[in-house]
Amino acid sequence: MHASGQTLNGSEIFIECLRRENVDFIFGYPGGSLLKVYETLYEVHDIKHILVRHEQGATHMAEGYARATGKPGVVLVTSGPGATNTVTGIANAYMDSSPMVVFTGQVPSSLIGNDAFQEADIVGITRPITKHNFLVKDVRELAMTIRKAFYLATTGRPGPVLVDMPKDVLNASCVLEWPESVEIRGFKPTLKCHINQVEKAAQKIAQAKRPLLYIGGGVISSEASEELRALAIQQNIPVTMTLQGLGAFPGNHPLSMGMLGMHGTYWANQAVNKCDLLIAVGARFDDRVTGKVETFAPQAFKIHNDIDPTNVDKNVKVDLPVVGDAKNFLAGLLDVMPKETANHDSWLAEINAWRKLSPLTYSCEDNALRTEFVIEEVSRQTRGNAVVVTDVGQHQMWTSQFYTFINPRSIISSGGLGTMGYGLPAAIGAAFGINDKPVILFCGDGGFMMNIQELVTAVHHKIPIKIFLINNSFLGMVRQWQELFHKEKYSFTDLGDSNPDFVKVAEAFGCKALMADNPDRAKEAITEAIAWEEGPILVDFRVVKKDMVFPMVPAGGSISDMLLARLNPKTMV
Amino acid sequence: MKHIISVLVENKFGSLNRVAAMFSARGFNLESISIGETEDTEISRMTIVTRGEDQIISQVLKQLNRLVDTIKVIDLTRQPHVERELLLMTLKLTKTQQHEIFELINVFKGKVVDIKQKSITIEVIGSPDKINTTIDIFRVYGIKELARSGAVAIHRGE
Repeated sequence: MHASGQTLNGSEIFIECLRRENVDFIFGYPGGSLLKVYETLYEVHDIKHILVRHEQGATHMAEGYARATGKPGVVLVTSGPGATNTVTGIANAYMDSSPMVVFTGQVPSSLIGNDAFQEADIVGITRPITKHNFLVKDVRELAMTIRKAFYLATTGRPGPVLVDMPKDVLNASCVLEWPESVEIRGFKPTLKCHINQVEKAAQKIAQAKRPLLYIGGGVISSEASEELRALAIQQNIPVTMTLQGLGAFPGNHPLSMGMLGMHGTYWANQAVNKCDLLIAVGARFDDRVTGKVETFAPQAFKIHNDIDPTNVDKNVKVDLPVVGDAKNFLAGLLDVMPKETANHDSWLAEINAWRKLSPLTYSCEDNALRTEFVIEEVSRQTRGNAVVVTDVGQHQMWTSQFYTFINPRSIISSGGLGTMGYGLPAAIGAAFGINDKPVILFCGDGGFMMNIQELVTAVHHKIPIKIFLINNSFLGMVRQWQELFHKEKYSFTDLGDSNPDFVKVAEAFGCKALMADNPDRAKEAITEAIAWEEGPILVDFRVVKKDMVFPMVPAGGSISDMLLARLNPKTMV
Repeated sequence: MKHIISVLVENKFGSLNRVAAMFSARGFNLESISIGETEDTEISRMTIVTRGEDQIISQVLKQLNRLVDTIKVIDLTRQPHVERELLLMTLKLTKTQQHEIFELINVFKGKVVDIKQKSITIEVIGSPDKINTTIDIFRVYGIKELARSGAVAIHRGE
């Protein structure tokens, strides 16, 4: 470690600042404008640099790491194509509010704007998808800029921040001055909720007959699961969660109703429709949750706690906004609410009747292998004691339905942006961050191909992720919409003829691989995979081709009107 | 309805772009935007004219506040304020119409800034509404070119 006051070059300052930010991993890829940094990195052993095989992989890895640990993920890529390849990963982290700092090399300051070799205006390109970004123009600003970048990425609503570092800045020298504190006058997030608003919320909760907690990823990022659990149990309030909120409240608790929204449970959506009080915490009324906004929770008085004031009244007009950190809000409610357990028996009975009326189910009579079976079996074998990463599509929604999430930070999934190709690198990143639980990836055959190159990264570092490839030889979710809403024109979604043999592919990468095409074999393969510790393992589950995810709210429909099964899709409840 | 919003931002490259890009990314209406340094050289003042219903305007204000370079956002619309815009306009000049043109310049308290054989360039300062009216009235004389500064606005003093 270098001391403040020492003269260092930009690259050394960069590494020194990462040290002071307690960075333990950099996900990166070298290139021309970063040669000086990589020269410095050659001698660095306390920060581990993970060489990815595509810069998009680095961003998703960093995000997977961030989501699993709560610490910001760090990416290092070169200028031009290296930088532009990070765009999808940055946009993904922005939509899902994941803390991430992306460092990009840039052509020398004197060449900026000249269409130089490997030049791209990455600050301009990423302005709308970062929380903030910086171009460092002088080596003397580098330490402060890095300090600000980490502060911004992790304070208030988390998000990605990009720092663009021209080659000459990394080569120039100055005296290292590590700023002990950071002050940004335009950035003062409200963390503490206004006590009057909290008291009003408590009053509403005390009066409600049919209250419902609607929990989003904000509860996870503010580490407020304990407060949520205490409040829900003490006040006897059922809890429904968004995709990013799953695990905030234990899915095996009787008050848990699973996910709400487009592919949420029937009973959760019915409860939203009938509740008289909706308490949204760290959730943003996304269109995949609300369906038609005019009919969302029509009878409810709506309380909305969010750390980002722009989320308030953005999609749904609420009655009581409470801006501030979710943990502060929930702890505040616990402080002011009466301690005796509230009685909502008739409301809970109503919900249980919906649960019985239309449970999550799937056919298992024909001995065919189904995704739901695979996920349920993994859930049974891991008992929720795993970090589950998904890609995007049908398997992702089935994971939300059939895996029982018990702990916070146990699901890592691309929610807002819906990025196919996210899963594999995110799982690898998560596995770098934690080693006390297995990391499980559910991934479709379409999405797996989108960042398959990162399998090398997993093999090289012997990362023991369990890759459960849900292979239906189709882009299943698109196929589902084509069947339901586009006259069964299966336009470019059938991958059956063109998919490779995934077992052979994995083996060529040096990854152990199995195949399962029936439930018994699948069970054994899952057990074998979970026990395998020597590196990644892939199981190619050949599942039925044409299954669909139900229940489902058609896009723009009211969440009270769910399609419950394929046989009679016109039946609205 | 029309809103006039004053925004104090860090005087850094890209600040204007961040604001303009946010308006287009979120689909907010942007009638005019102007920017200049303030008494503090580290801070610029942006004046934004936009239109929208209350809910939209409330989002506009919150989204502006959310930008890290934004120091302060003030919706001046319902507060006592002064609002001015500068118009520079070159008109065709003919013998038969020159008297009328000069009279109208007086009516609008404009100034002649340049005059040639066949054209005259004038400046007019006023509220954006007054500038709209000025342009309408002068249109019949043949506008060759015009430039508007966009509105700038400030609180009225105590």
